[in-house]
Amino acid sequence: MTDVVVIGAGVVGAACAYYASRAGLTVTVLDRGPIAGGTTSAGEGNLLVSDKAPGPELALTLTSLRLWRELGAALGGEAIELEPKGGLVVATSAAAAADVAKLADTQRDSGVEAVEVRPDELADYEPRIAPTLAGGMYYPQDLQVQPMLAAAHLVRASGAALRCGVEVVGIDVGDRVTGVRTADGETIPTGAVVNAAGTWGGEVAALAGVTLPIAPRRGFILVTEPLGGRREPAPIRHKVYAADYVSTVSSDDAGLQTSTVVESTRSGTVLIGASRERVGFESTYSLPILRRLAAQAIALFPFLASVAALRAYRGFRPYAPDHLPVIGADPRVPGLYHACGHEGAGIGLAPATGAIVAAQVAGRKPPLDPAPFRPERFATGAA
Amino acid sequence: MSYTIRFDGRAVPVAPGQTVAAALWAANVRSWRTTRDRGTPRGLFCGIGICFDCLVTIDGVPNRRACIVPARAGMTVTTQPGIPPPSRTSPESSPPEPARAPADVAVVGAGPAGLAAAVTALRAGLRVTLLDAQPRLGGQFWRHRDGDGRGHHAWNIFTRLRTTLTGSTVDYRPGAAVWFVEQSAGQFTLHTARGEVTAQRVVLATGAYDRALPFPGWDLPGVVTPGAAQALLKGSGVLVGRKVVVAGAGPFLLPVATGLLAAGAQVVGVYEAGDPRRYLRMPGIVAGVAARLREAAGYAAVLAKHRVPYRRRHAVVAAHGGSSVSSVDIVQLNGEGRAVPDSARRRSCDALAIAYGFTPQLELPLALGCATRLDVDGNLVLATGVAGQTSVPGVYAAGEVTGVGGARLALIEGELVGAVIAAAAGRPAVHTDADLTQLLGRRAALRRFAAVMHEVHAPPGGWTGWLRKETVVCRCEEVPLSRIQAAVAELGASDARTVKSLCRPGMGWCQGRVCGYATAALTANLVGRPLAASDVAAFAHRPLAQPISLGDLAGLPPG
Repeated sequence: MTDVVVIGAGVVGAACAYYASRAGLTVTVLDRGPIAGGTTSAGEGNLLVSDKAPGPELALTLTSLRLWRELGAALGGEAIELEPKGGLVVATSAAAAADVAKLADTQRDSGVEAVEVRPDELADYEPRIAPTLAGGMYYPQDLQVQPMLAAAHLVRASGAALRCGVEVVGIDVGDRVTGVRTADGETIPTGAVVNAAGTWGGEVAALAGVTLPIAPRRGFILVTEPLGGRREPAPIRHKVYAADYVSTVSSDDAGLQTSTVVESTRSGTVLIGASRERVGFESTYSLPILRRLAAQAIALFPFLASVAALRAYRGFRPYAPDHLPVIGADPRVPGLYHACGHEGAGIGLAPATGAIVAAQVAGRKPPLDPAPFRPERFATGAA
Repeated sequence: MSYTIRFDGRAVPVAPGQTVAAALWAANVRSWRTTRDRGTPRGLFCGIGICFDCLVTIDGVPNRRACIVPARAGMTVTTQPGIPPPSRTSPESSPPEPARAPADVAVVGAGPAGLAAAVTALRAGLRVTLLDAQPRLGGQFWRHRDGDGRGHHAWNIFTRLRTTLTGSTVDYRPGAAVWFVEQSAGQFTLHTARGEVTAQRVVLATGAYDRALPFPGWDLPGVVTPGAAQALLKGSGVLVGRKVVVAGAGPFLLPVATGLLAAGAQVVGVYEAGDPRRYLRMPGIVAGVAARLREAAGYAAVLAKHRVPYRRRHAVVAAHGGSSVSSVDIVQLNGEGRAVPDSARRRSCDALAIAYGFTPQLELPLALGCATRLDVDGNLVLATGVAGQTSVPGVYAAGEVTGVGGARLALIEGELVGAVIAAAAGRPAVHTDADLTQLLGRRAALRRFAAVMHEVHAPPGGWTGWLRKETVVCRCEEVPLSRIQAAVAELGASDARTVKSLCRPGMGWCQGRVCGYATAALTANLVGRPLAASDVAAFAHRPLAQPISLGDLAGLPPG
């Protein structure tokens, strides 16, 4: 019998498998699709402290970034394209710059490093940035990783049994979880089930008879032609985003919001995000949104106007009503653990999430207090 | 009247109508770019704007496709390094057409299918907009220089269609590649390099391009697709080589070889991986397409007259050379398409034209949500009704996008789509019921033949074994076989989309147009299961149907 069944082979499920294995548990990872094929495949790979106000999510992030650095050493930073590049938040107006400074002050009290950047210093950080900006803030702790590579290497290093194309259609619960049933009619006995189904976490929770209000928040990303390669770096050095990104991330507005996020990748392309809207799993590509993303990126980096966009992709962030992930044991169903609902921060928060869940399953003390992320915090009731 | 362009400081003569690539090729230049990781030279490959291998810097603007940019007097062309310095202007902007009232139908593609559809719709009195990426009517099949129809099949059909169009109300826009398509409020909007077009209905007749399979040396300059050899010759009057090997699979190899012979090249041989004798085992199906048989017999006679060997069950498994190809290795294949031991022979040449059938261009129908199926040739194609209706109301398709089948089939499908749209628009029929019955019957016969053709000329079963670990599979991102193997064996990839995300085949300039089928087939092979539609689809979805500068995307004025 496998000690733990992780449902979902995205980066969060992969991290759960990794830390559970390290805690001495045997792990099986199931996914109805391929490895890292859901929201993990649609992210930018941001591991950010810079966009988070003090609170439980920032605490979780600081733990997670420490773990990511450890993982970089353990898995090979090159293999997962882990880059300690730092984030640069830029302000388009003096008022925005003041807001950035105010946020940074509060973040510093929580252990975030933030370096104020005067307007005339911006070009030292980003030689090609627009000359008209009002300054910004540099966050050296921000990292970037290639999410799918990270997930694949985590699963591999965990030694877990990975079974893709296996859909879970039932979770057997008596006094506690006893196993999962698959679409092929197989029953996999286990004492612990981890719901790492991301945007589809609500559906998996329902299989165990509990509700979890996870909904999709759609986002688009543009990808440019390669501007760098393994021989020379791409022309944007940090993760650069506009100051309004923070308010957009934490917004409750269901309508379309876009804020500029621009960064290079190891493969030489530049990624341009980010849009947020709650339109269910609507799959068509929206040209007005792509146009807005392009215009906003050019405003930060004018040279991008003559750079070609080669493709666009979209994903569905797993969104919880209070913007906090759902992590840990579900007191309503003994043996059921959740690790989902990370919205746009799942890549960054994966290791801390996995470490908490693994510690709980193994009966150890989690690396930080998971109470703010408890699954039963939403309206109670059976599914 | 000729003139010159400058290439890396020297003068290169140009004949009117030639592309930059053709002018360079005629001057014995075989490469004008180096790759960004390995630094290897690249030049022409697909020859028709699909593969982006021929990117070059023209008048200071990098990343221009030499194979489609016309060479103009005084142009300065420079070899493009791995990562070119940023451009000064938007590369592909051209003056937009004024906005017009929505058309009854927008036809995308001016090859046989699109022309037939447009002309039929015009005859029914519909307002038609015809969009085409190419500068001239005719598509790849009737690619030509102004006033020159030499060596073309069914040229009289083309001139008739062209004459009808020229005297009609059609809004024809050459050089208007569609980069985005959207549907709202029952209308379709097509965004092109020459402005937006709105229409009540859309006919997608975007055709196909050569399907390449990787092998050691396939990224050497001088190794091109048969389509590239044809485009050089028909579009620019330039020979791909003086001593050419033609190889791969499919009936298209024959007109390419005979065209080269007629223009004065030596053809070392035609090496067909399939076994065309299998046609003879299906006399009922072959008899229905007598014209195709006569055509093939004609080509065979030309090859025989020039004493050019036509070898069935043979394949090129490696290309060798320094700065460009100088020889190839040819093996005999057994019944399973695997190399017969000790059959390898080396032949010297200065060009190799090679491909295994065609791949349809599906980005626009996929962006509109049209249903697809996996065809017998391993291609993703549109699932359509007999008269080209896709699963999306208002969207029709004709020609290769509904399944590769050749120009005659494309003409019939285009005509049928035109007739169906005319009926849907409430126009009086231009076809009698008997006409339509006959068209449907011919379409069915040609479709049956196409299915046989795909079986006879299927990619040889052994091709994946010809690759070495370091052989580049994705030309754009320079992804070797070993990384694809590692993605499957070590990182848990079980499908092509995951392979793509983990090691980047199909993520470069051409967005998997060239390596998509090969990567999908390699992945299925490595996983140990048959090729699935989802594997091929992983490389076919391109919401941005063409690269577009961010400035143009944002709607900023050029410059």
